[in-house]
Amino acid sequence: MIEYKNVSKKYGKNIGVADINVRIDDGEFVFLVGPSGAGKSTFVKLLLKMIDADKGSIMYNGYDVAKLTPRMVPRHRRSMGIVFQDFSLLPKKTVFENVAFAMEIVQRPYRTIQRQVPQVLELVGISAEANKYPTEISIGEQQRVAIARAIMNNPDVLIADEPTGNLDPDTGWEIMRLLEQVNRRGTTVLMVTHSREIVNAMNKRVVAIKDGRLVRDELGGFYHPEEDDDPSPAQAKTEGALPL
Amino acid sequence: MTSLKATLRQAFSQINRNKMMTTASLFSITAILLVLGIFFVVIVNINSMSQDIKRDFDQIQVNLYDSVTAEQSADMMNQINAMQGVADVAYQTRETALENWKEKWGENADLLDRMPTNPLPNAILINLTDIAYAKTIVAAVSKINGIENISYSQDTVDKLLRLTRMIQIVSLVVIIVLVAISITVVSNTIKLTVLAREREIVIMRYIGATNWFIRGPFLLEGIVIGVIAAVISAAAIGFLYYYAVGHLGVDFALLMPTGFVPLPFLIENLFIIFVALGVSIGACGSIISMRRFLGR
Ligand SMILES: Nc1ncnc2c1ncn2[C@@H]1O[C@H](COP(=O)(O)OP(=O)(O)O)[C@@H](O)[C@H]1O
Ligand SMILES: [Mg+2]
Repeated sequence: MIEYKNVSKKYGKNIGVADINVRIDDGEFVFLVGPSGAGKSTFVKLLLKMIDADKGSIMYNGYDVAKLTPRMVPRHRRSMGIVFQDFSLLPKKTVFENVAFAMEIVQRPYRTIQRQVPQVLELVGISAEANKYPTEISIGEQQRVAIARAIMNNPDVLIADEPTGNLDPDTGWEIMRLLEQVNRRGTTVLMVTHSREIVNAMNKRVVAIKDGRLVRDELGGFYHPEEDDDPSPAQAKTEGALPL
Repeated sequence: MTSLKATLRQAFSQINRNKMMTTASLFSITAILLVLGIFFVVIVNINSMSQDIKRDFDQIQVNLYDSVTAEQSADMMNQINAMQGVADVAYQTRETALENWKEKWGENADLLDRMPTNPLPNAILINLTDIAYAKTIVAAVSKINGIENISYSQDTVDKLLRLTRMIQIVSLVVIIVLVAISITVVSNTIKLTVLAREREIVIMRYIGATNWFIRGPFLLEGIVIGVIAAVISAAAIGFLYYYAVGHLGVDFALLMPTGFVPLPFLIENLFIIFVALGVSIGACGSIISMRRFLGR
Protein backbone atom coordinates (compact mmCIF):
# COMPACT_ATOMS: atom_id res chain seq x y z
CA MET A 1 0.00 0.00 0.00
CA ILE A 2 1.17 3.47 -0.93
CA GLU A 3 -0.10 6.58 0.78
CA TYR A 4 0.97 10.17 0.13
CA LYS A 5 -0.03 12.60 2.87
CA ASN A 6 0.32 16.33 2.17
CA VAL A 7 3.45 15.71 0.16
CA SER A 8 5.25 18.75 -1.28
CA LYS A 9 8.52 19.06 -3.12
CA LYS A 10 10.13 22.16 -4.57
CA TYR A 11 13.24 22.44 -6.70
CA GLY A 12 14.46 25.85 -5.68
CA LYS A 13 11.61 28.02 -6.93
CA ASN A 14 10.14 25.33 -9.22
CA ILE A 15 7.23 23.42 -7.83
CA GLY A 16 7.67 19.67 -8.19
CA VAL A 17 4.56 18.51 -6.39
CA ALA A 18 2.39 20.45 -3.97
CA ASP A 19 0.28 19.04 -1.17
CA ILE A 20 -0.42 15.65 -2.74
CA ASN A 21 -2.82 13.30 -0.94
CA VAL A 22 -3.41 9.97 -2.54
CA ARG A 23 -3.71 6.34 -1.54
CA ILE A 24 -3.04 3.36 -3.76
CA ASP A 25 -4.00 -0.10 -2.56
CA ASP A 26 -2.25 -3.36 -3.29
CA GLY A 27 -3.07 -4.81 -6.69
CA GLU A 28 -4.43 -1.60 -8.16
CA PHE A 29 -3.71 -0.34 -11.65
CA VAL A 30 -3.39 3.43 -11.58
CA PHE A 31 -2.74 5.93 -14.34
CA LEU A 32 -0.93 9.09 -13.38
CA VAL A 33 -1.69 11.74 -16.00
CA GLY A 34 -1.04 15.42 -16.48
CA PRO A 35 0.74 17.86 -18.79
CA SER A 36 4.48 17.80 -18.95
CA GLY A 37 6.05 19.57 -16.01
CA ALA A 38 3.01 18.73 -13.88
CA GLY A 39 5.11 16.80 -11.38
CA LYS A 40 4.48 13.19 -12.44
CA SER A 41 8.12 12.15 -12.47
CA THR A 42 8.63 13.97 -9.20
CA PHE A 43 5.79 11.91 -7.74
CA VAL A 44 7.55 8.72 -8.86
CA LYS A 45 11.03 9.77 -7.72
CA LEU A 46 9.71 10.58 -4.28
CA LEU A 47 8.32 7.07 -3.94
CA LEU A 48 11.65 5.60 -5.02
CA LYS A 49 13.46 7.96 -2.66
CA MET A 50 15.62 9.25 -5.48
CA ILE A 51 14.64 12.62 -3.98
CA ASP A 52 13.20 13.58 -0.58
CA ALA A 53 9.96 15.41 0.10
CA ASP A 54 10.07 18.84 1.71
CA LYS A 55 6.79 18.29 3.52
CA GLY A 56 4.35 15.48 4.24
CA SER A 57 4.95 11.77 4.41
CA ILE A 58 4.88 8.81 2.09
CA MET A 59 3.89 5.52 3.66
CA TYR A 60 4.85 2.41 1.77
CA ASN A 61 4.14 -1.16 2.91
CA GLY A 62 3.74 0.12 6.45
CA TYR A 63 6.85 2.27 6.74
CA ASP A 64 7.63 5.92 6.23
CA VAL A 65 9.84 6.38 3.17
CA ALA A 66 11.38 9.53 4.67
CA LYS A 67 12.66 7.53 7.63
CA LEU A 68 14.64 5.02 5.58
CA THR A 69 18.36 5.12 6.30
CA PRO A 70 20.73 5.16 3.31
CA ARG A 71 21.48 1.50 3.94
CA MET A 72 17.80 0.60 3.68
CA VAL A 73 17.15 2.52 0.47
CA PRO A 74 18.43 -0.13 -2.01
CA ARG A 75 16.15 -2.77 -0.50
CA HIS A 76 13.24 -0.32 -0.63
CA ARG A 77 13.86 0.26 -4.33
CA ARG A 78 14.18 -3.43 -5.05
CA SER A 79 10.63 -3.99 -3.84
CA MET A 80 9.55 -1.93 -6.83
CA GLY A 81 10.15 -2.41 -10.53
CA ILE A 82 10.84 0.64 -12.64
CA VAL A 83 10.41 1.27 -16.35
CA PHE A 84 11.23 4.64 -17.92
CA GLN A 85 10.38 6.30 -21.19
CA ASP A 86 14.05 6.13 -22.13
CA PHE A 87 17.48 5.47 -20.65
CA SER A 88 16.22 2.33 -19.08
CA LEU A 89 18.82 -0.20 -20.13
CA LEU A 90 22.53 -0.44 -19.52
CA PRO A 91 23.97 0.16 -22.99
CA LYS A 92 27.00 -2.05 -22.56
CA LYS A 93 25.11 -5.09 -21.43
CA THR A 94 23.19 -7.49 -23.62
CA VAL A 95 19.46 -8.01 -23.22
CA PHE A 96 20.14 -11.10 -21.14
CA GLU A 97 22.71 -9.32 -18.96
CA ASN A 98 20.42 -6.34 -18.45
CA VAL A 99 17.70 -8.56 -17.09
CA ALA A 100 20.15 -10.72 -15.15
CA PHE A 101 21.51 -7.55 -13.58
CA ALA A 102 18.35 -7.10 -11.50
CA MET A 103 19.01 -10.50 -9.96
CA GLU A 104 22.74 -9.94 -9.49
CA ILE A 105 21.89 -6.87 -7.45
CA VAL A 106 19.92 -9.00 -5.00
CA GLN A 107 22.75 -11.56 -5.09
CA ARG A 108 20.78 -14.45 -6.47
CA PRO A 109 22.90 -17.49 -7.27
CA TYR A 110 24.39 -17.65 -10.74
CA ARG A 111 22.46 -20.81 -11.65
CA THR A 112 19.14 -19.34 -10.56
CA ILE A 113 19.84 -16.34 -12.76
CA GLN A 114 20.73 -18.53 -15.73
CA ARG A 115 17.50 -20.47 -15.30
CA GLN A 116 15.04 -17.67 -14.60
CA VAL A 117 16.14 -14.97 -17.03
CA PRO A 118 15.16 -16.97 -20.15
CA GLN A 119 11.75 -17.64 -18.62
CA VAL A 120 11.07 -13.95 -18.11
CA LEU A 121 12.43 -13.06 -21.55
CA GLU A 122 10.00 -15.64 -22.94
CA LEU A 123 7.18 -14.09 -20.94
CA VAL A 124 7.73 -10.65 -22.47
CA GLY A 125 8.38 -12.12 -25.91
CA ILE A 126 12.02 -11.19 -26.56
CA SER A 127 13.78 -14.54 -26.21
CA ALA A 128 15.19 -14.19 -29.71
CA GLU A 129 17.03 -10.98 -28.81
CA ALA A 130 18.70 -12.26 -25.64
CA ASN A 131 22.25 -11.78 -26.88
CA LYS A 132 21.74 -8.46 -28.62
CA TYR A 133 22.69 -5.08 -27.23
CA PRO A 134 20.01 -2.44 -26.54
CA THR A 135 21.08 -0.42 -29.58
CA GLU A 136 20.50 -3.43 -31.82
CA ILE A 137 16.81 -3.83 -31.01
CA SER A 138 13.76 -1.62 -31.51
CA ILE A 139 12.51 0.80 -28.86
CA GLY A 140 9.48 -1.41 -28.29
CA GLU A 141 11.72 -4.38 -27.67
CA GLN A 142 13.89 -2.30 -25.36
CA GLN A 143 10.83 -1.47 -23.34
CA ARG A 144 9.98 -5.16 -23.05
CA VAL A 145 13.47 -5.79 -21.75
CA ALA A 146 12.97 -3.03 -19.21
CA ILE A 147 9.72 -4.63 -18.11
CA ALA A 148 11.39 -8.02 -17.90
CA ARG A 149 14.07 -6.53 -15.66
CA ALA A 150 11.47 -4.71 -13.57
CA ILE A 151 9.43 -7.86 -12.85
CA MET A 152 12.44 -10.14 -12.46
CA ASN A 153 12.41 -10.01 -8.67
CA ASN A 154 8.62 -10.11 -8.30
CA PRO A 155 8.19 -6.51 -7.16
CA ASP A 156 5.22 -5.38 -5.09
CA VAL A 157 4.80 -2.35 -7.33
CA LEU A 158 5.64 -1.76 -10.96
CA ILE A 159 6.26 1.88 -11.78
CA ALA A 160 6.28 2.87 -15.42
CA ASP A 161 7.13 6.49 -16.22
CA GLU A 162 5.76 7.12 -19.72
CA PRO A 163 6.73 3.65 -20.96
CA THR A 164 4.87 4.14 -24.23
CA GLY A 165 5.99 7.73 -24.80
CA ASN A 166 8.44 6.92 -27.57
CA LEU A 167 6.49 4.06 -29.12
CA ASP A 168 4.17 3.88 -32.08
CA PRO A 169 0.55 3.13 -31.03
CA ASP A 170 0.63 -0.60 -31.89
CA THR A 171 3.80 -1.20 -29.94
CA GLY A 172 2.38 0.94 -27.16
CA TRP A 173 -0.57 -1.34 -26.92
CA GLU A 174 1.61 -4.40 -26.72
CA ILE A 175 3.44 -2.86 -23.79
CA MET A 176 0.07 -2.06 -22.18
CA ARG A 177 -1.00 -5.63 -22.56
CA LEU A 178 2.16 -6.73 -20.79
CA LEU A 179 1.58 -4.30 -17.93
CA GLU A 180 -1.97 -5.54 -17.55
CA GLN A 181 -0.67 -9.07 -17.42
CA VAL A 182 1.76 -8.07 -14.67
CA ASN A 183 -1.09 -6.40 -12.80
CA ARG A 184 -3.23 -9.52 -13.08
CA ARG A 185 -0.50 -11.47 -11.31
CA GLY A 186 -1.15 -9.21 -8.32
CA THR A 187 1.49 -6.54 -8.80
CA THR A 188 0.38 -2.98 -8.21
CA VAL A 189 0.99 -0.93 -11.38
CA LEU A 190 1.50 2.80 -11.37
CA MET A 191 1.76 4.08 -14.91
CA VAL A 192 2.57 7.64 -15.89
CA THR A 193 1.24 8.41 -19.35
CA HIS A 194 0.38 11.06 -21.85
CA SER A 195 -1.66 8.81 -24.08
CA ARG A 196 -5.35 9.68 -24.17
CA GLU A 197 -6.20 6.52 -26.15
CA ILE A 198 -4.64 4.21 -23.63
CA VAL A 199 -6.21 5.89 -20.62
CA ASN A 200 -9.63 6.05 -22.22
CA ALA A 201 -9.56 2.45 -23.41
CA MET A 202 -8.22 0.82 -20.27
CA ASN A 203 -10.95 2.01 -17.93
CA LYS A 204 -8.72 2.12 -14.86
CA ARG A 205 -8.27 4.52 -12.00
CA VAL A 206 -6.89 7.86 -13.18
CA VAL A 207 -5.00 10.29 -10.98
CA ALA A 208 -4.43 13.63 -12.68
CA ILE A 209 -1.98 16.26 -11.50
CA LYS A 210 -1.34 19.72 -12.81
CA ASP A 211 1.21 22.26 -11.60
CA GLY A 212 2.11 19.78 -8.89
CA ARG A 213 -1.40 19.53 -7.51
CA LEU A 214 -3.77 16.59 -7.62
CA VAL A 215 -6.72 17.77 -9.70
CA ARG A 216 -8.68 14.57 -10.25
CA ASP A 217 -8.82 11.00 -8.97
CA GLU A 218 -11.52 8.76 -10.44
CA LEU A 219 -12.03 5.07 -10.93
CA GLY A 220 -12.69 4.10 -14.55
CA GLY A 221 -11.61 7.60 -15.45
CA PHE A 222 -11.01 9.19 -18.78
CA TYR A 223 -8.33 11.44 -20.01
CA HIS A 224 -9.53 15.02 -19.98
CA PRO A 225 -8.04 16.97 -22.87
CA GLU A 226 -8.33 20.27 -20.97
CA GLU A 227 -5.88 18.91 -18.40
CA ASP A 228 -3.27 18.53 -21.08
CA ASP A 229 -1.88 21.50 -22.92
CA ASP A 230 0.85 19.48 -24.57
CA PRO A 231 -0.60 16.64 -26.63
CA SER A 232 2.01 14.30 -28.03
CA PRO A 233 2.14 13.54 -31.77
CA ALA A 234 1.28 9.90 -31.12
CA GLN A 235 -2.04 10.96 -29.65
CA ALA A 236 -2.82 13.26 -32.52
CA LYS A 237 -2.20 10.59 -35.10
CA THR A 238 -4.30 7.79 -33.68
CA GLU A 239 -7.94 8.32 -32.93
CA GLY A 240 -10.62 5.99 -31.64
CA ALA A 241 -10.42 2.95 -29.49
CA LEU A 242 -7.67 0.49 -30.16
CA PRO A 243 -8.14 -3.22 -29.61
CA LEU A 244 -6.64 -4.65 -26.47
CA MET B 1 31.06 -15.71 -3.14
CA THR B 2 28.43 -15.27 -5.78
CA SER B 3 28.53 -11.51 -5.52
CA LEU B 4 32.32 -11.48 -5.78
CA LYS B 5 32.11 -13.66 -8.83
CA ALA B 6 29.45 -11.41 -10.32
CA THR B 7 31.55 -8.35 -9.54
CA LEU B 8 34.62 -9.87 -11.16
CA ARG B 9 32.65 -10.89 -14.20
CA GLN B 10 31.27 -7.38 -14.50
CA ALA B 11 34.66 -5.75 -14.08
CA PHE B 12 36.19 -7.73 -16.86
CA SER B 13 33.26 -7.29 -19.21
CA GLN B 14 33.41 -3.55 -18.51
CA ILE B 15 37.11 -3.44 -19.31
CA ASN B 16 36.42 -5.34 -22.46
CA ARG B 17 33.61 -3.08 -23.59
CA ASN B 18 35.03 0.30 -22.59
CA LYS B 19 38.17 -0.23 -24.59
CA MET B 20 38.69 3.43 -25.42
CA MET B 21 38.42 4.65 -21.83
CA THR B 22 40.40 1.74 -20.54
CA THR B 23 43.20 2.34 -23.00
CA ALA B 24 43.25 6.04 -22.21
CA SER B 25 43.38 5.42 -18.44
CA LEU B 26 46.03 2.79 -18.93
CA PHE B 27 48.18 5.19 -20.94
CA SER B 28 47.79 7.99 -18.41
CA ILE B 29 48.72 5.86 -15.43
CA THR B 30 51.60 4.22 -17.30
CA ALA B 31 52.91 7.66 -18.28
CA ILE B 32 52.82 8.85 -14.68
CA LEU B 33 54.55 5.71 -13.48
CA LEU B 34 57.25 5.98 -16.13
CA VAL B 35 58.00 9.51 -15.04
CA LEU B 36 58.13 8.50 -11.42
CA GLY B 37 60.24 5.50 -12.39
CA ILE B 38 62.86 7.65 -14.09
CA PHE B 39 62.89 9.89 -11.06
CA PHE B 40 63.25 6.84 -8.82
CA VAL B 41 66.14 5.42 -10.82
CA VAL B 42 68.03 8.72 -10.78
CA ILE B 43 67.46 9.29 -7.09
CA VAL B 44 68.45 5.76 -6.11
CA ASN B 45 71.69 6.00 -8.07
CA ILE B 46 72.54 9.40 -6.70
CA ASN B 47 71.92 8.17 -3.16
CA SER B 48 74.10 5.14 -3.67
CA MET B 49 76.83 7.37 -5.10
CA SER B 50 76.80 9.81 -2.24
CA GLN B 51 76.94 6.97 0.27
CA ASP B 52 80.08 5.64 -1.39
CA ILE B 53 81.60 9.08 -1.36
CA LYS B 54 81.05 9.44 2.36
CA ARG B 55 82.84 6.15 2.92
CA ASP B 56 85.85 7.49 1.03
CA PHE B 57 85.73 10.82 2.72
CA ASP B 58 88.73 10.48 5.00
CA GLN B 59 91.03 9.13 2.30
CA ILE B 60 93.46 10.99 0.07
CA GLN B 61 94.58 9.27 -3.09
CA VAL B 62 97.98 10.25 -4.50
CA ASN B 63 98.23 9.17 -8.11
CA LEU B 64 101.74 8.45 -9.33
CA TYR B 65 103.30 8.73 -12.76
CA ASP B 66 103.90 5.38 -14.42
CA SER B 67 107.61 6.18 -14.42
CA VAL B 68 107.88 6.16 -10.64
CA THR B 69 109.75 3.08 -9.43
CA ALA B 70 108.88 0.89 -6.45
CA GLU B 71 111.90 2.23 -4.56
CA GLN B 72 110.90 5.84 -5.17
CA SER B 73 107.36 5.17 -4.07
CA ALA B 74 108.49 3.45 -0.88
CA ASP B 75 110.55 6.54 -0.12
CA MET B 76 107.54 8.77 -0.77
CA MET B 77 105.42 6.68 1.57
CA ASN B 78 107.92 7.09 4.37
CA GLN B 79 107.91 10.81 3.78
CA ILE B 80 104.17 11.00 3.91
CA ASN B 81 103.90 8.74 6.92
CA ALA B 82 105.93 11.23 8.88
CA MET B 83 103.48 14.04 8.27
CA GLN B 84 101.13 15.18 11.00
CA GLY B 85 97.55 13.91 10.70
CA VAL B 86 98.40 10.80 8.70
CA ALA B 87 96.92 7.67 10.22
CA ASP B 88 98.38 5.18 7.76
CA VAL B 89 99.69 4.92 4.23
CA ALA B 90 99.14 2.12 1.74
CA TYR B 91 100.30 1.36 -1.76
CA GLN B 92 97.71 0.47 -4.37
CA THR B 93 98.80 -0.97 -7.70
CA ARG B 94 96.89 -0.04 -10.81
CA GLU B 95 95.74 -3.66 -11.06
CA THR B 96 94.32 -3.62 -7.56
CA ALA B 97 92.65 -0.31 -8.34
CA LEU B 98 90.92 -1.84 -11.35
CA GLU B 99 89.87 -4.87 -9.30
CA ASN B 100 88.35 -2.59 -6.67
CA TRP B 101 86.57 -0.65 -9.33
CA LYS B 102 85.14 -3.79 -10.84
CA GLU B 103 84.02 -4.93 -7.42
CA LYS B 104 82.12 -1.68 -6.90
CA TRP B 105 80.46 -2.01 -10.26
CA GLY B 106 79.29 -5.50 -9.44
CA GLU B 107 77.31 -7.06 -12.22
CA ASN B 108 78.11 -4.27 -14.66
CA ALA B 109 81.85 -4.92 -14.26
CA ASP B 110 82.13 -6.50 -17.68
CA LEU B 111 81.68 -3.01 -19.10
CA LEU B 112 85.10 -2.15 -17.74
CA ASP B 113 86.61 -5.06 -19.62
CA ARG B 114 85.74 -3.23 -22.80
CA MET B 115 88.39 -0.63 -22.06
CA PRO B 116 91.45 -1.31 -24.18
CA THR B 117 93.98 -0.55 -21.46
CA ASN B 118 93.85 -0.04 -17.74
CA PRO B 119 93.45 3.74 -17.43
CA LEU B 120 94.19 3.76 -13.72
CA PRO B 121 97.51 4.84 -12.17
CA ASN B 122 99.44 3.32 -9.29
CA ALA B 123 98.61 5.24 -6.16
CA ILE B 124 99.43 5.88 -2.53
CA LEU B 125 96.37 5.92 -0.30
CA ILE B 126 96.53 8.12 2.78
CA ASN B 127 94.10 7.70 5.63
CA LEU B 128 93.79 10.72 7.86
CA THR B 129 93.38 10.87 11.60
CA ASP B 130 91.13 13.83 11.02
CA ILE B 131 89.64 15.30 7.89
CA ALA B 132 90.78 18.74 9.06
CA TYR B 133 94.38 17.85 8.06
CA ALA B 134 93.38 17.22 4.48
CA LYS B 135 94.31 20.64 3.10
CA THR B 136 97.77 20.91 4.68
CA ILE B 137 98.67 17.33 3.79
CA VAL B 138 97.56 17.79 0.19
CA ALA B 139 99.68 20.95 0.01
CA ALA B 140 102.74 19.19 1.44
CA VAL B 141 102.38 16.04 -0.64
CA SER B 142 101.98 17.97 -3.89
CA LYS B 143 105.57 19.28 -3.48
CA ILE B 144 106.94 15.73 -3.82
CA ASN B 145 108.21 14.76 -7.30
CA GLY B 146 106.62 12.04 -9.40
CA ILE B 147 103.05 12.81 -8.49
CA GLU B 148 100.57 13.07 -11.33
CA ASN B 149 97.73 14.43 -9.23
CA ILE B 150 96.09 14.17 -5.87
CA SER B 151 92.47 13.38 -5.42
CA TYR B 152 90.82 13.66 -2.12
CA SER B 153 87.16 13.57 -1.23
CA GLN B 154 86.61 17.33 -1.28
CA ASP B 155 87.33 17.34 -4.99
CA THR B 156 85.09 14.42 -5.73
CA VAL B 157 82.37 15.75 -3.49
CA ASP B 158 82.43 19.12 -5.22
CA LYS B 159 82.44 17.57 -8.66
CA LEU B 160 79.72 15.18 -7.78
CA LEU B 161 77.64 17.75 -6.03
CA ARG B 162 77.66 19.82 -9.20
CA LEU B 163 76.81 16.84 -11.37
CA THR B 164 74.14 15.65 -8.98
CA ARG B 165 72.54 19.03 -8.81
CA MET B 166 72.49 19.27 -12.59
CA ILE B 167 70.90 15.85 -12.99
CA GLN B 168 68.34 16.65 -10.32
CA ILE B 169 67.35 19.93 -11.94
CA VAL B 170 67.05 18.35 -15.38
CA SER B 171 65.00 15.41 -14.13
CA LEU B 172 62.84 17.74 -12.06
CA VAL B 173 62.04 19.89 -15.09
CA VAL B 174 61.27 16.82 -17.17
CA ILE B 175 59.11 15.40 -14.40
CA ILE B 176 57.15 18.61 -13.92
CA VAL B 177 56.39 18.81 -17.62
CA LEU B 178 55.41 15.15 -17.91
CA VAL B 179 53.39 15.11 -14.69
CA ALA B 180 51.47 18.16 -15.86
CA ILE B 181 50.69 16.37 -19.12
CA SER B 182 49.71 13.14 -17.34
CA ILE B 183 47.46 14.91 -14.86
CA THR B 184 45.64 16.64 -17.70
CA VAL B 185 45.20 13.35 -19.52
CA VAL B 186 44.02 11.48 -16.43
CA SER B 187 41.53 14.12 -15.35
CA ASN B 188 40.12 14.28 -18.85
CA THR B 189 39.86 10.53 -19.01
CA ILE B 190 38.04 10.45 -15.70
CA LYS B 191 35.72 13.19 -16.87
CA LEU B 192 34.92 11.26 -20.04
CA THR B 193 34.41 8.06 -18.11
CA VAL B 194 32.02 9.71 -15.71
CA LEU B 195 30.02 11.33 -18.48
CA ALA B 196 29.86 8.08 -20.39
CA ARG B 197 28.68 6.22 -17.33
CA GLU B 198 26.43 8.71 -15.60
CA ARG B 199 23.35 7.07 -17.05
CA GLU B 200 24.46 3.63 -16.05
CA ILE B 201 25.02 4.76 -12.49
CA VAL B 202 21.62 6.44 -12.30
CA ILE B 203 19.89 3.34 -13.71
CA MET B 204 21.66 1.10 -11.23
CA ARG B 205 20.55 3.30 -8.36
CA TYR B 206 16.97 3.31 -9.61
CA ILE B 207 16.80 -0.43 -9.65
CA GLY B 208 18.16 -0.73 -6.15
CA ALA B 209 21.88 -1.45 -6.44
CA THR B 210 23.86 -0.56 -3.33
CA ASN B 211 26.64 1.99 -3.67
CA TRP B 212 29.28 -0.64 -3.15
CA PHE B 213 27.71 -2.88 -5.73
CA ILE B 214 27.81 0.01 -8.20
CA ARG B 215 31.36 0.96 -7.22
CA GLY B 216 32.65 -2.61 -7.16
CA PRO B 217 33.23 -3.22 -10.86
CA PHE B 218 34.45 0.34 -11.47
CA LEU B 219 36.84 0.03 -8.56
CA LEU B 220 38.12 -3.33 -9.68
CA GLU B 221 38.48 -2.01 -13.19
CA GLY B 222 40.60 0.86 -11.89
CA ILE B 223 42.72 -1.53 -9.84
CA VAL B 224 43.24 -3.94 -12.74
CA ILE B 225 44.23 -1.05 -15.01
CA GLY B 226 46.62 0.18 -12.31
CA VAL B 227 48.28 -3.22 -11.99
CA ILE B 228 48.64 -3.58 -15.75
CA ALA B 229 50.14 -0.08 -15.93
CA ALA B 230 52.55 -1.02 -13.14
CA VAL B 231 53.71 -4.13 -14.96
CA ILE B 232 54.14 -2.26 -18.25
CA SER B 233 56.06 0.64 -16.75
CA ALA B 234 58.24 -1.53 -14.50
CA ALA B 235 59.18 -3.64 -17.51
CA ALA B 236 59.83 -0.52 -19.60
CA ILE B 237 62.00 1.09 -16.94
CA GLY B 238 63.86 -2.18 -16.41
CA PHE B 239 64.57 -2.50 -20.10
CA LEU B 240 65.59 1.15 -20.44
CA TYR B 241 67.83 0.91 -17.41
CA TYR B 242 69.53 -2.22 -18.65
CA TYR B 243 69.99 -0.60 -22.04
CA ALA B 244 71.16 2.75 -20.67
CA VAL B 245 73.65 1.20 -18.28
CA GLY B 246 75.04 -0.85 -21.14
CA HIS B 247 75.51 2.22 -23.30
CA LEU B 248 76.42 4.92 -20.84
CA GLY B 249 78.64 2.58 -18.87
CA VAL B 250 82.07 3.15 -20.33
CA ASP B 251 81.72 6.89 -20.83
CA PHE B 252 80.21 7.35 -17.41
CA ALA B 253 82.89 5.22 -15.81
CA LEU B 254 85.26 8.14 -15.36
CA LEU B 255 82.54 10.36 -13.92
CA MET B 256 81.07 7.88 -11.51
CA PRO B 257 82.93 6.89 -8.39
CA THR B 258 80.77 3.78 -8.13
CA GLY B 259 78.77 1.46 -10.36
CA PHE B 260 75.05 1.68 -11.10
CA VAL B 261 72.57 0.22 -8.65
CA PRO B 262 72.01 -3.40 -9.76
CA LEU B 263 68.96 -4.08 -11.92
CA PRO B 264 67.23 -6.83 -9.88
CA PHE B 265 67.31 -4.73 -6.71
CA LEU B 266 66.00 -1.73 -8.59
CA ILE B 267 63.22 -3.53 -10.42
CA GLU B 268 62.01 -5.38 -7.37
CA ASN B 269 61.55 -2.14 -5.44
CA LEU B 270 60.28 -0.27 -8.43
CA PHE B 271 57.66 -2.93 -9.09
CA ILE B 272 56.35 -2.84 -5.52
CA ILE B 273 56.15 0.95 -5.63
CA PHE B 274 54.50 0.87 -9.06
CA VAL B 275 51.84 -1.64 -8.09
CA ALA B 276 51.00 0.35 -4.97
CA LEU B 277 50.87 3.60 -6.95
CA GLY B 278 49.04 2.14 -9.94
CA VAL B 279 46.39 0.56 -7.73
CA SER B 280 45.94 3.78 -5.77
CA ILE B 281 45.68 5.95 -8.86
CA GLY B 282 43.26 3.51 -10.51
CA ALA B 283 41.09 3.03 -7.45
CA CYS B 284 41.05 6.71 -6.48
CA GLY B 285 40.31 7.71 -10.06
CA SER B 286 37.30 5.42 -10.11
CA ILE B 287 35.97 6.43 -6.70
CA ILE B 288 36.49 10.16 -7.26
CA SER B 289 34.91 10.02 -10.68
CA MET B 290 31.75 8.44 -9.23
CA ARG B 291 31.43 10.35 -6.01
CA ARG B 292 28.94 12.96 -7.06
CA PHE B 293 26.69 10.34 -8.65
CA LEU B 294 26.25 8.26 -5.53
CA GLY B 295 24.19 10.68 -3.49
CA ARG B 296 23.29 8.18 -0.83
N1 LIG C 1 16.11 18.47 -10.99
C1 LIG C 1 15.25 19.49 -11.14
N2 LIG C 1 15.67 20.73 -10.90
C2 LIG C 1 14.84 21.78 -11.03
N3 LIG C 1 13.56 21.67 -11.39
C3 LIG C 1 13.08 20.45 -11.66
C4 LIG C 1 13.89 19.30 -11.55
N4 LIG C 1 13.16 18.19 -11.85
C5 LIG C 1 11.92 18.67 -12.15
N5 LIG C 1 11.87 20.01 -12.03
C6 LIG C 1 10.70 20.84 -12.23
O1 LIG C 1 9.65 20.32 -11.48
C7 LIG C 1 8.45 20.34 -12.21
C8 LIG C 1 7.87 18.94 -12.32
O2 LIG C 1 8.77 18.14 -13.09
P1 LIG C 1 8.44 16.64 -13.41
O3 LIG C 1 8.08 15.95 -12.15
O4 LIG C 1 9.60 16.10 -14.14
O5 LIG C 1 7.20 16.74 -14.36
P2 LIG C 1 6.55 15.69 -15.36
O6 LIG C 1 7.23 14.38 -15.13
O7 LIG C 1 5.12 15.68 -15.02
O8 LIG C 1 6.79 16.20 -16.73
C9 LIG C 1 8.79 20.96 -13.55
O9 LIG C 1 8.45 22.32 -13.50
C10 LIG C 1 10.24 20.81 -13.68
O10 LIG C 1 10.82 21.87 -14.41
MG1 LIG D 1 8.31 13.15 -16.49
